[in-house]
Amino acid sequence: MYVAVKGGEKAIRNAHRLLARTRRGDTSLPEVSVAQIQAQMSLAVARVMDEGALYDTELAALALKQAAGDQVEAIFLLRAYRATLPRFCASVPLETETMRVGRRVSAIYKDLPGGQRLGATFDYSHRLLDFSLLAAGETPEKDDFSVHSAENPAEEPVMPMPCPHVLNLLTEEGLVKTEETLANPAEAEIPDITREPLAFPSSRATRLQILARGDEGFLLAMAYSTQRGYGRNHPFAGEIRVGAVDVWLEAEETGFPVPAGEIDLTECEMVNQFVGSPDIAPQFTRGYGLVFGSAERKAMAMALVDRALRADEYNEEIASPAQQEEFVLAHCDNVEAAGFTSHLKLPHYVDFQSELGLIRKLRAEYARKHSARANATMDNQPLQVTP
Amino acid sequence: MTNMTTETRFAQSGRESMENTAAEGYNFAYLDEQTKRMIRRGLLKAVAIPGFQVPFGGREMPLPYGWGTGGMQVTAAILAPEDILKVIDQGADDTTNAVSIRAFFERTARVATTTRSGEATIIQTRHRIPETPLKRDQMMVFQVPIPEPLRFIEPSETETATLHALGDYGVMHVKLYEDIVAHGHIATCYAYPVEVNDRYMMDPSPIPRFDNPKLHMSPALMLFGAGREKRLYALPPYTRVVSIDFEDYPFEAQRQDGVCAICGSANTYLDELIVDDRGTRHYVCSDTDYCQEHAGQQGIRA
Repeated sequence: MYVAVKGGEKAIRNAHRLLARTRRGDTSLPEVSVAQIQAQMSLAVARVMDEGALYDTELAALALKQAAGDQVEAIFLLRAYRATLPRFCASVPLETETMRVGRRVSAIYKDLPGGQRLGATFDYSHRLLDFSLLAAGETPEKDDFSVHSAENPAEEPVMPMPCPHVLNLLTEEGLVKTEETLANPAEAEIPDITREPLAFPSSRATRLQILARGDEGFLLAMAYSTQRGYGRNHPFAGEIRVGAVDVWLEAEETGFPVPAGEIDLTECEMVNQFVGSPDIAPQFTRGYGLVFGSAERKAMAMALVDRALRADEYNEEIASPAQQEEFVLAHCDNVEAAGFTSHLKLPHYVDFQSELGLIRKLRAEYARKHSARANATMDNQPLQVTP
Repeated sequence: MTNMTTETRFAQSGRESMENTAAEGYNFAYLDEQTKRMIRRGLLKAVAIPGFQVPFGGREMPLPYGWGTGGMQVTAAILAPEDILKVIDQGADDTTNAVSIRAFFERTARVATTTRSGEATIIQTRHRIPETPLKRDQMMVFQVPIPEPLRFIEPSETETATLHALGDYGVMHVKLYEDIVAHGHIATCYAYPVEVNDRYMMDPSPIPRFDNPKLHMSPALMLFGAGREKRLYALPPYTRVVSIDFEDYPFEAQRQDGVCAICGSANTYLDELIVDDRGTRHYVCSDTDYCQEHAGQQGIRA
């Protein structure tokens, strides 16, 4: 009688074997290597590192391979692995000002110190399927950057001149408020969302940590909603920069910072609608996004949502979902969201049985009450009362 | 493990787990010792304030959120090598997720496991309390999806925290009253709210309200873990647990018509099976261990 529910152990084992076979696909084709994913699917790798909250391109590529390309599953794999790692210390605050930029654009100045630099971008590409990739599987030779020429982008110096933050230029003029934590970064208390449970109201530092590993799709939709009037905040893309930044650690024994390596980052600073009061001169406000790897869409969405969540700070009316921190922070994590949604697949016989019992009782009472009135008017099936 | 206080158990399980480190590259019961200590501190606070939700720094587990990560973290934190673990889901030991969680602790902690409620020292459960009465040297670990009993009435955590602080549970009484007005009955069948030790309102996790009376004055320690929501709470042994009701509409544990088709029990919680395409229904005990034992006593082969 228990055939349907017994044998779970064997069923699980077989399901996993089948999954492994499905992941591998057609064995007449060569197996994709982790190194290939790492090198050729760098944007997918970036998203897994960012939302998996661990900077490791190889493990992120491994997770993608293991998850058969399912991003949210890969993010979960990396996040679960991350949770087992010891935490040694916090790095010295990153100096994104010194980023070796591969891309840097500002939508608010035509030209500016450090210049505009398009870098590797899908922007301005016509979204036409490139069938040459299908045919040959290789990039055409004329785009080979190893050939020396005046037009060779790879040969340009990476950092031709200092590249100050656009918003700092505005800050110097007093047009944008200096952020409080910028005043003395060393003294700022650094919360850690991986160790401390979330409490409301949260701090901006906590919010930014949560947004940084929040689901790109969720944040994109929230950001978009502010543009459509649900918590509008008049954004300008002050600056977007993508490139490599050194990470410095201050080891206890040394007493001075030492470089630990470099990581690729995307940073976005939005310039938003200005605020002012009888006592304070009008100033622009700011939204901030910072994510691992090249992930511009996510960084922009994060910056827009960060600004929306500062509504309280600027005494704005909190009326839209993107402005409500409990709503945004409790629901933006895709590991949590995917887990809880998928748990509906677990058996719920017991809960459902208790509801069945009640609804049959209610329907029986309903039938008794209405039986005096025309039985024939009931278009439902006859009640199936528990034997 | 008899006659040992909770605290000693916690301390001991920590010490002994150090000796078992890295059998297969994992710490005993997966979690590192620092994390276990953090969870034990949370559990001690939870035991000290029955029914109060203690926030804790929940970790990502290698199973998805919503699949028992809170319960698993609690079990990992209290598990000692000599423990005997039972894991049930919907009352059954052999439902897929129960199998999966049991296998997890077999692999990472190498503890003995059992399906017999009476033999287990720790029982991790989803949605049921065993029919076999619990004993004072046993611990129940509940997997909790939404720890906040007021969540579906008030979505904001800030608001519900205030209501708990003030002991203001009027909204729940209003909700149950509205049920009676609309349906003639209280329409909450599982996760039926309880008041603990005359103070905190608590969600007993989605157990059917049939199981609610088993919470009251239970000789076993009951621990609740919500992984995604990062909350722990507890019922120390012999705690007063009252299901919320009205004088004129007293709480009623669900009664079921029918008897178990296997063991003939008439006083257990029953699952319904549809056994043919004409909708013929049979009932069987949701608690598979109890059913087997009871059938054995009756001389029936289950």
